Order: sequence, then C-alpha cells, then structure tokens
Amino acid sequence: MTLPLVIYRSLRQHALSTLVTAASIALASGLLLCVWMVKVQSQAVFSTTTGGFDAVLGARGSKLQLVLNSVFHLEASPGNIEWDDYQAIRKNPAVRSAIPIAVGDNLRGYRIVGTVPELFSDVSYAPGRRYAVEPGGRFFIKDAKEAVVGSFAAERLGLKRGDTFHPFHGLVFNPSAVHAETYVVTGILKPTNTPADRVVWIPLEGVQTMSGHDPRAAKEVSAVLVQLRSPTAGFRLDIAYNKQGDRLTFAYPVGAIIADLFDRISWFDRVLTLVAYMVALVAAGSVLASIYNSMSSRRRDLAILRALGARRRTVFGSVVAEAACIGAIGSIAGYAVYLVLFTIVAGIVREQTGVVLSVFAWHPVVAACPAAMVALCALGGIVPALKAFRTPVAETLAPVS
Amino acid sequence: MMLAINGLLKSFRSPDGEAVEIVRVEEFRLGAGEQLALHGESGSGKTTFLNLIAGILAADSGRIEVGGVDLTALSEPGRDRLRARKLGYIFQSFNLLQGYTVLENVVLGMSFGPGIDRHRARSLLGRVGLAERLHHFPRQLSTGQQQRVAVARALANHPQLVLADEPTGNLDRRHARESLTLIREVCRENGAALLLVSHDEETLAQFDSVREFSSINRAEP
Repeated sequence: MTLPLVIYRSLRQHALSTLVTAASIALASGLLLCVWMVKVQSQAVFSTTTGGFDAVLGARGSKLQLVLNSVFHLEASPGNIEWDDYQAIRKNPAVRSAIPIAVGDNLRGYRIVGTVPELFSDVSYAPGRRYAVEPGGRFFIKDAKEAVVGSFAAERLGLKRGDTFHPFHGLVFNPSAVHAETYVVTGILKPTNTPADRVVWIPLEGVQTMSGHDPRAAKEVSAVLVQLRSPTAGFRLDIAYNKQGDRLTFAYPVGAIIADLFDRISWFDRVLTLVAYMVALVAAGSVLASIYNSMSSRRRDLAILRALGARRRTVFGSVVAEAACIGAIGSIAGYAVYLVLFTIVAGIVREQTGVVLSVFAWHPVVAACPAAMVALCALGGIVPALKAFRTPVAETLAPVS
Repeated sequence: MMLAINGLLKSFRSPDGEAVEIVRVEEFRLGAGEQLALHGESGSGKTTFLNLIAGILAADSGRIEVGGVDLTALSEPGRDRLRARKLGYIFQSFNLLQGYTVLENVVLGMSFGPGIDRHRARSLLGRVGLAERLHHFPRQLSTGQQQRVAVARALANHPQLVLADEPTGNLDRRHARESLTLIREVCRENGAALLLVSHDEETLAQFDSVREFSSINRAEP
C-alpha cells in the first residue's frame, strides 16, 4: 500500500495543481482523441457512403463535384444531361440499374431532389438495407405532387405525414423564390444515417416541370446514379465516357473519389493532428512544471520518507507514478471532453452532410491515446523525480531554527 | 553489543572549500537494551553522529556496527533497509508527514521495514495515548501529541536501537518529563536500546547513564 498511499496523499496535498494539470491533460487528450476519431470515422464513413451506387453519370466537369452533388447532396450541380443520355446508360447491358435525379429546388434550405420510385423499391442504400418509411406512410407515386421526407430534414422542418409545402427555387433558401406547386408529404423516411436523411424527395417530373424552371429542363436530369453488374464494367464505361467522349463525366468508383478528396485535404488533417500533438506535449510539460514547482514543498516529506527507510528508487518511483496518475486522471476526464467535442462535431457533420459519426465507435486510438498521455506524463515526471532522487536527507531534515 | 563504533570520522566542506571535521569517535559501545544519554552543546556534532549511526549520512572512514551488521560496508540501499528494519529515529522536530493521518504516519514507517501491521500500529498509538486520534492529522494535534506519534512511529518496526535527537527540545517541562518517561518505558517494553542526545539538564537527570559527547567526539574543527 506504500506507493498508492504516498501518491494519494501527495495528490491530495497538492489538490489544486493536480486538478488544473489534470484538466489540461483532459483537454489535450480529448482534443487529440476527437481530431483522430473524426478523421478516422469521416474517412471511413464518407468513403463507404455511396447510397448503394457504384458510379454517377453527369455533365462534363469535376468527378468530385458530381459525386458530392448527387450522392452527398452538397455543392452545386455541374449541369444537366440529356434524357437520352440517361436512357442510353439505363439500357447499357453492363448496368444493373440507373436512377436519375434532378435538383434545383429546396425547402427552407433542405434540398429537394426529384427521382423515380425505383430508388426506394429497387436499391439497397447499404448492404442489406433498403429505404423504408415510418409506419402509416408510403413512398410517393410517379408524377404525383407528393413527397417523402428524409428523417433529419423532417425533424428540422417539423414535417409529418399529411403536411403540405411549397418548394423554393434554387439550392439556397430564398423566401421570395417560392414555387406555386403544393406538395403533400406521404411519408417520412426511416433514418438511414446517410445524406438521404437531409433530402426532401419528390418525383423526378416534379423538379423537371416545376413552374418557373427552364422548359428545357423537362427533358434533362441532373445526374444518373448507376449500379453496375461488374467492376470491369465500370472501367469500360470510364474509358467510354471520360477518355473517348467529351460531353459527359462518369464518376467511378464513388468511394475512391471521396477517398481522393480526403487525400487532397490531408494537409489540413496533418495540421490538426500536429496541433493536437503540440497540445499534448504542452500538457505533459505542465505536469513536469506542476510537480517540479511543488518539489520545494515536497522535499521535507521525501526526506522523511527516506529517513524512515524508503530507498531513493522508491521516492523516484513515487514521483513518476504520481505524474502518471495525473495523466490517468486527465485521460479519464479526457473521455468526457472527447464526448462533448465529438458530439458537437458529429452534430455539425450530420447537419451539413447527413452522415452520422458515432461517438462510441471503437478504434485502437481510443485506448492508445490515453495510454500515450499517461506515458507522456510519466516521462514528464522524470525530471522532478530526479530532483526527489537527489534530495539530501540529513540537510533537509535539519531542524529549522 | 547493539552498537559498536570504531575510528569513525566525518567532515564537511566549508563554503571556502576547507574540510571541517565534525565527528571523530575512536571507540563507542552501547549494549542491547541499554539506555544512554549523551550530553553536548548545540553544534557539537551530536545530530551528525546520530545521522551516521542511522546511515542517513555516510562516514568518511571508520566502522559502525548495528546489531552485528557493519553499516559502513553497506551500499546506500542496504543502509536504507537496515535503518527501516533495525532502527527507530525520534527527531527533535518530530518530522511527521503533515499530509498523512496519525495512523498513516506510523503505518508508512512500517511499510519500509518488515511490513505493515495495523494492529501493532493501533496498539502502539494506544500505548502513547492516541487511540482516539488515529485519523487526525498532525496539525490537529498538540506538540506533545505529535511527539508521541513520533515515538510510536520510531518503535513500530520492533527496532533494536532507538535514536533520539533532542526529543524534548520542543516541549515544555511537564510534557518533556512525561514524554521522556514514555520513550524510556516503551523502549524498555520493546527491548530496544536507546541512545539519546540532549543538552537539557532535566532530561539528562532522568538517565542513570549519561556521557559527555565531548568525551566521545574528538573532532577538532
């Protein structure tokens, strides 16, 4: 019990500095954990969020913009493609299914996407998972002024089955740009934890023929989401559309394009990680400074322990272990900081993309980060421990007159 | 023989780099269970002498045997171990750990020696009249009570030799008398030899055996 008692009493005696130091460790640990987990999870989730599609066909332009617009419902559309282009890819033997989408309207900032009922009836948005509506609802009927609202959008817009709304023109909400058409909500999508949750889905014809839209839009779609029969088909179509053709863009494979985005912004990720590392180092330094500064008040206690028979290595170990304990307390509190930070970040990510990051997801860094903080703090404890190691017993215990 | 010292020499460096001899003891003996008081003026090297016997300070030369073990031949960890197992030390300023309870002060001393025996710790504290103060902190005790904790701690590990450095220096006459009686009794009950140093005449008067420290220490500063 010697070491635990010595550590416990020392922590109690220096409660304020222990708390302040542990708080800085908690902040560092939580921040590091949060940066790491957001990075790891967002890379994993975004790269696998394909809506169940292998590729996207759209107007000539950036593949990334095409994918962001049609799968993640972000960014502006790179332009429309002809109805015939949709028909051509739909009939291609290498294509299992082709779902057209049309964008250009919103409902109080939430994107309205026109599509065909087959998206909900034929497509699995993730392996083994199909779109479903909450009990009592149903999907819209082709050509009808009906809408199915994603769970997140419904919650934020306060929509429920049977409600009606007027769409607004454009992808950015402008209260004065209201369309005359009235749509009725026939169902609320069950949560999918994908960007589909942030979308108000209406029939394709609704967007194509919305009042005030260019009449040419009636024969156009914004993009076609494609499921292929085999991976080799994707490479063939890639050559056909991107290398041989010059009118359209075939974005394939969807996951790789998003992964490429993360590669491109990896410098930002590295900066964040560097900042987190620096914070961790500063926190470890604060342990060193905190214990080192209190050494003058501890010297007598350490000398008494030595006079009672404690060896130098016991005294050294007790200081290092105390630093490690501060690191451990801070790391445990760091989980709370992580929970708060991650929840805030995940909320923003969900608000902006519909993608759900799980605060309780497991990754080795969840254990490694606090362990590293404890080790770093123990390392920081070595300097004051050396001072404790060298404490001269007789001189320190000499009566103060 | 509990304590046997031969040719002990200890000197310190003065600020101007000169060696200043503090302790030079040619021969000194203390038998098992014996109680001896050394009388000496302040600054005569008494505390240094006790620190050398306790192994807190290393001698420049000479031989110190405690219970048949040559302390001067031991490494520092060896001296630490010997101090924890065979010696009890009562300091003038008690040197209690202020952040620890009375019981913890005694138990902690045991943990470096043969091992923790809470029953003995409680029993010793009861013997010195602190059974009701086990969980108090030193600052919550009177000076006399603090000194009794120091006595209990010094005796906790069944020491064969108890060293006491001006143990009554911080107490008033009544408490000093009571305290000294207690130390002597408890040492006797535990079969420990007692080597006490003091310059207080009343303290020395309680001992049958008193020696002038200057008759032992031949140091010439």
